[in-house]
Amino acid sequence: MNILVCIKRVPDIAGSVTLDATGTRIDDSGLGHTKSSHEECAVELAIQTAAATGGTVTVLTVGPAEAVEQLRAAVAVGANDGILVEAADPSVFAPEDIAQIIGDVIRDRAEAGQTFDLVLTGDDAADTGDFQVGIRLAYDLEYPVLTNIQTIRAVDGDVGGGGEGGATGSGAVGAADGGSGGVADGGAGVIEARGIGPAGTEVFTLALPAVIAVQEGGVDPRYPSITGRMKAKKAPIAEYDAPEPGTGSPRIRLELPEVRQSSVTILGEGPDAAPALVDVLEEIGVMRP
Amino acid sequence: MASIPAQASVVVIGAGIVGNSLVHHLAELGWTDIVQVDKGPLPNPGGSTGHASNFIFPVDHSREIADLTLDSMAQYKELGVFTESGGFEVARTEERMEELRRRMASARAWGIESSLVTPAEVVEKVPFLDPSVIVGGFWTPTVGVVDSVRAGTMMRESAEAAGALTVSPNTEVTGIDVDNGRITRVHTSRGEIVTDRVFVACGVWSPRIAAMAGAEIPLTPAVHQMISVGPVPQLAERPGEISFPIVRDMDTFCYERQHGSDMEIGSYAHRPILHDPDEIPSIEAAKLSPTEMPFTDEDFDPQLEQAVELMPEVLSNPDVEIRYAINGLLSLTPDGAPILGESPQVAGLWSAAAVWVKEGPGVGRAVAEWMTNGLPEIDVQGADIARFHPHQRTREHVRARTSEAFNKTYGIVHPGEQWASDRNVRLSPMHAREKELGAVFFETGGWERPQWYESNAGLLEEFGDRVMPRPNEWDGRWWSPIINAEHLAMRQRAGLVDLSSFVIFDVAGPAALDAVQRIALAQMDVTIGRVVYTPILDENGGFRSDLTIMRLAHDRFRIVTGAAHGMADVKWFHDRLPASGAQIADLTSSWTTIGLWGPNARDILGGLTSADVSYEGFRFGTARTIEIGSLPVLASRISYVGDLGWELYVPMESGLRLWDVLYEAGRDHGLIPVGLGVYGTTGRIEKGYRAFGAELDSERSVVEVGMSRPKVKSQDFVGRAAHLRHREEEPKAVLCSLTVDDHTSASGQMRYMLGGEPIVSADGDPLIDGHGRNAYVTSAGSAPSLGKHVLMAFLPPAEAVLGNRLQVVYMEEFYPVTVASVDSTPLFDPDNECIRR
Repeated sequence: MNILVCIKRVPDIAGSVTLDATGTRIDDSGLGHTKSSHEECAVELAIQTAAATGGTVTVLTVGPAEAVEQLRAAVAVGANDGILVEAADPSVFAPEDIAQIIGDVIRDRAEAGQTFDLVLTGDDAADTGDFQVGIRLAYDLEYPVLTNIQTIRAVDGDVGGGGEGGATGSGAVGAADGGSGGVADGGAGVIEARGIGPAGTEVFTLALPAVIAVQEGGVDPRYPSITGRMKAKKAPIAEYDAPEPGTGSPRIRLELPEVRQSSVTILGEGPDAAPALVDVLEEIGVMRP
Repeated sequence: MASIPAQASVVVIGAGIVGNSLVHHLAELGWTDIVQVDKGPLPNPGGSTGHASNFIFPVDHSREIADLTLDSMAQYKELGVFTESGGFEVARTEERMEELRRRMASARAWGIESSLVTPAEVVEKVPFLDPSVIVGGFWTPTVGVVDSVRAGTMMRESAEAAGALTVSPNTEVTGIDVDNGRITRVHTSRGEIVTDRVFVACGVWSPRIAAMAGAEIPLTPAVHQMISVGPVPQLAERPGEISFPIVRDMDTFCYERQHGSDMEIGSYAHRPILHDPDEIPSIEAAKLSPTEMPFTDEDFDPQLEQAVELMPEVLSNPDVEIRYAINGLLSLTPDGAPILGESPQVAGLWSAAAVWVKEGPGVGRAVAEWMTNGLPEIDVQGADIARFHPHQRTREHVRARTSEAFNKTYGIVHPGEQWASDRNVRLSPMHAREKELGAVFFETGGWERPQWYESNAGLLEEFGDRVMPRPNEWDGRWWSPIINAEHLAMRQRAGLVDLSSFVIFDVAGPAALDAVQRIALAQMDVTIGRVVYTPILDENGGFRSDLTIMRLAHDRFRIVTGAAHGMADVKWFHDRLPASGAQIADLTSSWTTIGLWGPNARDILGGLTSADVSYEGFRFGTARTIEIGSLPVLASRISYVGDLGWELYVPMESGLRLWDVLYEAGRDHGLIPVGLGVYGTTGRIEKGYRAFGAELDSERSVVEVGMSRPKVKSQDFVGRAAHLRHREEEPKAVLCSLTVDDHTSASGQMRYMLGGEPIVSADGDPLIDGHGRNAYVTSAGSAPSLGKHVLMAFLPPAEAVLGNRLQVVYMEEFYPVTVASVDSTPLFDPDNECIRR
């Protein structure tokens, strides 16, 4: 199974966030960059699934030239190659534009002979949180789509939906009806996908080709090995130029929430603090009196 | 929010290894009411200590750094946080093996056990290293790792337990008040502290904190990349943090250090990545800690391949993952030395910055002693914050020099190696003439100084083998036989030396005599016009400097000292002036100096002036203003090269004119331009003249360097009591001059030592003096007049016997030497007839 994983270069933040002068972006001077943690998991799922099925993993990003670092980082942990759609400032694009760009690249690769059975995205990007690209991409490709998925597995058999603990497939937004995106050959296989729904674990099966938006938590992304990192340096990266800003509605600005003051109460030191700690645990409902 | 003491005897800013060691030692020395603040939390406030790789290799070419490291290791051991692992420095090239032989010289000189080993011997201890990649190694069994955060915590807590210290973490310094040039108050996020002393011990942030007081600590935060990979099965087999020796892969500028089941790989090979102290992220904004900056993969990628070459079995294992990778910040200074001591810019502002974990506790102790007694036990004058000339404190100079130096961290650096960056900052008035003469410029204190002149190459033929050519490339690097030719021509005829780099300052005022009398060992109540060469001692009778003082008037003394250490001399004098009645004026940029020496010097000068420059008319050791054409010239009849002649002082703007006049007049007398190669080495070494920083330092007494005079002046001066005591004691070491008897190496090449080499007995045993120091070469150089290569070294008194046959170890080969002088008696012209003719 050949899998495409769409990732986004985002600032690697931990604590306080500041915005740049335009107010549309996080000020990333002094910060490192990474991909969103949902996408880390998507890459890990892709690597495992490709390994299990004898397929390949390609990573794609729409971003500045430096975003090649995120592509190579994915190759370092096991992806085969990358696609960089270069856009000096991707924030000028709305989510529907990004979906359109990715869709166009998928069609273009298909013409060149590279097809993908499964397209993974993160649920949403760590810096903007739009939660749209996966669904819009599926719409563009006319693929079925799942969101909030934590694990996937290639299976034999028919397509269907079900649930453990009585849940139904509420995450399924589209329907598999033949895939007029026409990219992958029909009968590419079936995937079983699991995610956390409102009432428990949801289990889906769906026919490929498909788009799945991944939520972190189902797998532990691996670290790169030294040899992986050395391989990543030489990995092929296909390059595209992003088109002129599209017709979607990009972000006008970001606003930082007000900083909430937190206070720390020291309950005491050593064994003497135990009764006070018990009181607090009872108060917050962790322990019953 | 907890409040902070309103008053402190000293405020220590920083709770890394340096600040913590400092508060401990201050408390030990009796300080109370110490307040230590750090903007971060404890025990790891987020500075460079927190991410240090924490290993220590004791051997360094610098004695000062080796001393601080050895003291630090002793302290870490006492705290129980030192684990001995042993360490290898491995060589992939023959050129590096030669450098490892130099490491052996330093190990022997500082008395540290080390040995050269074969690849097979390396593999015996590090079985996963590929021996085919290396040609040999340098083994030091005492290498080890420390827990610097734990050590710091213990030291800080000991000061707290003694009731001497209040610690305030999570407290940011927001301002420092200075009144009349003195520290008065520190502002913090938790309140103000009234104090007259502040210790800046906050590593990469130090420039920012010093700037609050209007002062400069010239360092820059720079990236050292490090990754940690694991789990490594071969490492996991053995218990504990470290059981395999640390390996420094010197030719790739990398190290591999076991940390439990992980291997840490650090690099000094990547491009220099400098940051501005103001751009370091806040604790809140930092992903890890503020000094663990985001890793930049592409900078490290080439090192990965080299690391895999060295340890393929371990590092090409696909299950061994890169689990941690940082661009760790550390501090770099323009000359590579730490920045210690009281700022010359603000009284009471002390620095203990640009210090590595391996030196931290030693530095803490040294600076605590310094602030307490005025003197650290270990000589740290090479790290004195007062050493910097103003241009050396600029951001651009720091940027240029640290960028150049970064990749030399594991580099092979020749002792004579010159900086390539930020040159031509200070040019003498005759610089253009010197360039025309093919001067090869060396730099000191920003000054471009001719080391020799290619225009003198014709002299090589005249003097033939007497120039003592050096067939080995290393011995002859940053050197030219022209230096020795210039030397011989000066001794036979005359030489002209550009001495514009002298640091010159006047002490003037009604109390000037009292002031210099109290600072100098020599009698300063001399007749006007006398020039006095004098040691400047510290309270323990060790050397702070040696320099000349001219008495120009009843109330004015002119001090002339070297460019390298002159700025520290200015501060030393400044700090010891009386409250009123004497002032210092720095005239370095006002005066230029030209030296005229050689048997024909009198004829040349006499032809240019109507002044009486005869033997009687211008005595040695006197100075007065004479007229040379329309130039009033302050002529001083002294010599550091041991020949008849004068130092001629004129205002900077007249320097070129004076040079031209002398040069022209000298034509008929065989005058040539002479570089600092003669002035700094050959001229002085055959005369046995001692140099500050080489022979003269705070450890050695006037008696031990053979410079005591028949009488001690009755007036009090700094170090007098100690000096009197030294005169009564048997010396613990004796400074000797030795000549090399045979230069032939095993391969039949003539080899010439450059300095720093160990001196051992005829049987090859180390010679250890009463200070516990192994004998080593303090200065080495040609004595062309004698046709000898001369070495200076402190020997145990029993070995300081004329004619005693010893050996010098150079590149791990033994060469016979003979003790040729056991006091300051010159090897050349022992009766000083040349000077006094």
